[in-house]
Amino acid sequence: MDTKEHNPTNIKHRENRIDTTFAKLRKNEKKAFIPFITAGDPSIDASYAIAKAMIENGADLLEFGVPYSDPSADGPVIMRADVRALKAGTRLADVFALAGRITEEFPSVPVVLLLYYNSIFVYGRDRFFEACEKSGISGVIIPDLPLEERDEARPFADKYGVYLISMVTPVSYERTRKILAQAQGFLYCVASLGVTGERASYSTDFKDYFDKLNELSNIPKCIGFGVSTPVQKKELEAYCDGVIVGSAIVRQIEECIQASLTDSQIAARLGNFVHSFTEVKP
Amino acid sequence: MPNGRYGEFGGQYAAETLMFALSELEDAYRKAQADPEFDLEFRKLLREYAGRPSLLYKAERLSADLGTQVFLKREDLNHTGAHKINNVLGQVLLAKRMGKKRVIAETGAGQHGVATATAAALFGMSCDVFMGEEDTRRQSLNVYRMELLGARVHAVTEGTATLKDATSEALREWSRRVSDTYYVVGSVVGPHPYPEMVRDFQRVIGDEIREEMLQKYGRLPTALFACVGGGSNAMGTFYPFIQDTDVRLIGAEAGGEGVETGRHAATLTGGTIGVFHGMKSLFLQDDEGQITPVYSISAGLDYPGIGPEHAQLFETGRGEYYPVTDEEAVTAFEYVSRMEGIIPAIESAHAIALLQKMQKEFNPSDMVVVTLSGRGDKDVEAIGRYRGQIV
Repeated sequence: MDTKEHNPTNIKHRENRIDTTFAKLRKNEKKAFIPFITAGDPSIDASYAIAKAMIENGADLLEFGVPYSDPSADGPVIMRADVRALKAGTRLADVFALAGRITEEFPSVPVVLLLYYNSIFVYGRDRFFEACEKSGISGVIIPDLPLEERDEARPFADKYGVYLISMVTPVSYERTRKILAQAQGFLYCVASLGVTGERASYSTDFKDYFDKLNELSNIPKCIGFGVSTPVQKKELEAYCDGVIVGSAIVRQIEECIQASLTDSQIAARLGNFVHSFTEVKP
Repeated sequence: MPNGRYGEFGGQYAAETLMFALSELEDAYRKAQADPEFDLEFRKLLREYAGRPSLLYKAERLSADLGTQVFLKREDLNHTGAHKINNVLGQVLLAKRMGKKRVIAETGAGQHGVATATAAALFGMSCDVFMGEEDTRRQSLNVYRMELLGARVHAVTEGTATLKDATSEALREWSRRVSDTYYVVGSVVGPHPYPEMVRDFQRVIGDEIREEMLQKYGRLPTALFACVGGGSNAMGTFYPFIQDTDVRLIGAEAGGEGVETGRHAATLTGGTIGVFHGMKSLFLQDDEGQITPVYSISAGLDYPGIGPEHAQLFETGRGEYYPVTDEEAVTAFEYVSRMEGIIPAIESAHAIALLQKMQKEFNPSDMVVVTLSGRGDKDVEAIGRYRGQIV
């Protein structure tokens, strides 16, 4: 795959791990499995243990949510995780430290952050993306920074070689072309309307959705929002390059916390859960 | 203005799921603006349904007591008892043109929820209102009113269970059913085009003040006072006077238990620049952008942000904004009730209290207008409780 095609600014940094990961997956005709956890839920040490277990059980790329006080694009499961992580005192420095540990230990696994724009804006954009580069973070997903406002962050992200991952939805309509024109790394394809959270079924016509996207760009496409079972994952990955699972994983963590499990017990259970999706031998 | 910018404030920081709906809304609004029929219909509703123009009442006893000529812009006399109906009639009319069958709204004190439920009943639309659980308790009368009008009221238990959480929940609901649902935003906040559109529907307040002052007194007022939460009654009052630089524009923020205690909602006094609820503006937040819990006796002012156009008026110095504490507001609530026989909303009492605090700056030849954004029936129980009485 020609990665430059999705890299319009031609930054001279080292190759982004997201590109190498998807190039490898495509070469081996494999699909990406991308788990999401909220960093610091229930603690940064627990997040580290969980992340490690997930990678050992076949996660191809990790998504860390930065906890926010008012996550208006998230459903109840991730909202509760954010509350727990903030109660535990999680700050951006902790998230960067967590990402740094993981990316150093697993240099081939890309880490992306999912966070609201205010967390970046108030921290300071230059300072934020510099810290991303230092901790090996490959990309950032900002659900409330649409196409129209992306220029605020893009020059800083480019400066430090961090990708801004774009989101597209079934109701993006004529916006889709513009979104794809500036997409980097992979495209986050929202499976259905609404906020994050598990869904029993979808009303989206995925064949039509992805046919249109594939026509416009060759960029790897991953689907997220509501994917909760291995069966759903199998069905959906047939259309695209990978599947993102968030709320279903966070719900597992929540159940572990309610059962007062230790960090290593939580990590073991989440490792098993991820394994049920990837069927990769640890 | 591109992307609805007010200086550096404003913008369109919304989830991709909502972006098409926002551009559809902007298109529909631009078409409505260009269509004289829309304006005629809107004016007719304001006149025949809301009961406008509202009175500009010369409060003689307040004037004598405060040593300056005080006029009250009586938005409390509108149908449903507050200025909120102006904006709601405009937006629901637009929703109807867009072919939407269902409206949703967030509400703090319940006045915007009641106004939305009212307009939904009038237009035969389905209506869901999101209200913080804490506010459903503080304003239980308004919950009953909304239900009586056929709306479903959803108590929001997340976060601080107040206006900001109700707003987040309304945004979530909108993203779930974006194709058949119109979100009636209640203040000059949110992503573009809401701040501009809500201001345009509320500017009737200031336009009427201006026209009546010129007609009766041949002059403009010395100063305009209004309370600010999100800032819609203040923006509606101020907007037609922005170019008249000798007219002071003065906003009263919710000082809660005092800005120094940290328990307040005085966004301009204590806030910093950030991005939240779809807009860049000033917010009460910590050094990593986490929104801090706010507090005010007034559910309508209990919000950690402010409309972007107010943020610009504040930054450029064109507008002046000062905090008013719960105690000062309650005292003003009682003061207007006894002096003029008008029970104001506790939100509006903040504006009166600010005039009391600043009375030395005005002399008997000055004319000051205070926008009385709503009536106080909804507040008597809470104020009674504050004073240690069970009502």
